[in-house]
Amino acid sequence: MYGKGRIIPALLIFLGLMTFPLWYNAGFAHQAPKPEKPAEYKECVRPTQEMRTSHMVMLNQWRDDILREGGARKGVTANGTEYVRSLQNGCMHCHANKKKFCDTCHTYTAVKPYCWDCHLEPKEAN
Amino acid sequence: MKQDRRDFLKVAGLAAIAGIGAPSAFNTLLKGEATASEHGAAAEAGHGEAIAAPTGKRWGMVIDVRKFVANPDLPAKCVEACHSIHNVPNFGNPKDEIKWIWPDKFEAVFPDESHYKRHEALHAMPIMTLCNHCDKPPCVRACPTQATFKMKDGVVAMDYHRCIGCRFCMAACPYGARSFNWRDPRGKDENGNPFIKTVNPKFPTRMRGVVEKCNFCVERLAIGQIPACVEATGTTGAMVFGDLNDQNSEVSKVLSANFTIQRKPSLGTYPSLFYII
Repeated sequence: MYGKGRIIPALLIFLGLMTFPLWYNAGFAHQAPKPEKPAEYKECVRPTQEMRTSHMVMLNQWRDDILREGGARKGVTANGTEYVRSLQNGCMHCHANKKKFCDTCHTYTAVKPYCWDCHLEPKEAN
Repeated sequence: MKQDRRDFLKVAGLAAIAGIGAPSAFNTLLKGEATASEHGAAAEAGHGEAIAAPTGKRWGMVIDVRKFVANPDLPAKCVEACHSIHNVPNFGNPKDEIKWIWPDKFEAVFPDESHYKRHEALHAMPIMTLCNHCDKPPCVRACPTQATFKMKDGVVAMDYHRCIGCRFCMAACPYGARSFNWRDPRGKDENGNPFIKTVNPKFPTRMRGVVEKCNFCVERLAIGQIPACVEATGTTGAMVFGDLNDQNSEVSKVLSANFTIQRKPSLGTYPSLFYII
């Protein structure tokens, strides 16, 4: 092979650089985010798995239902606890600390929801 | 039967013309009928007849300007009540001003009522002005994203999530009831004072680049409260709020007992606001 003295080391260096993130982080398992749940409330408006995957869909449904259809402002959980169907006055009533709840996963997954451009987060979290 | 290329092309061409022509001919005929009936309806409405009897709830308001003249501090109170509850920013600059409710001059509010011999007393009158929550809102027709819409109870509402800040609604509104956020309402002026003096944590703010306006306090109506401006007028009766379609509501009684005027009625927007001068 012509010029293998240069090509093979160069290929090895290239492969090493390409796989750098893999071996650099090897054996260093990343922690999944642990959002802090409110201590005094045990039950959310929907099952945990559903909230985890589609809370944003539910927020949009609440918004459209209340704003456009004049839907109910309050809802009831499976165990009969009443809640306010609102991000600012409902969700944040229990999940009072945005930094320890919302932000943990949103930062981890690098999503930047624009909720807080208008909605106000509870004072305690600031 | 032997078919040569020439015959085949003739048949294919005719079939294509028939296929393209027939649906459009049908459409034209059907449309012709539709426009004919629409013209009929419009003509009837033009004569002030054939407007369907109102059904369901329709929120409305009577503003008694006499009471505002008698209580000169009332306009500022109403504005303060509304703007503090709804986190309306004060940019300190009339060009950027955000208004949900504001007092204005008679000639500005009722430009149709112009004549040379207008009564002197009218000039100094503070006339409270807010979104008219029209029955036929031009802003809703202009909005390209359905960010503004009319609810079943007659309130013309905004969904700020959908607003793209095109300001078509501001051009369409004949009452100047809409304001655009040229600046970030959460920001601060040169002296470091926030544009929203005290933030109401129960209500959102807006962001830069959206249009905002009075929402008739839908968030308060939903929990059985009356609009903040009406509440601020207290027992003076300067503002009366209620269901226009309910014959026994206070607002209906005030309307039947008084002569009232509306803003720019000739435009056919059917406002929900009535004025006693």
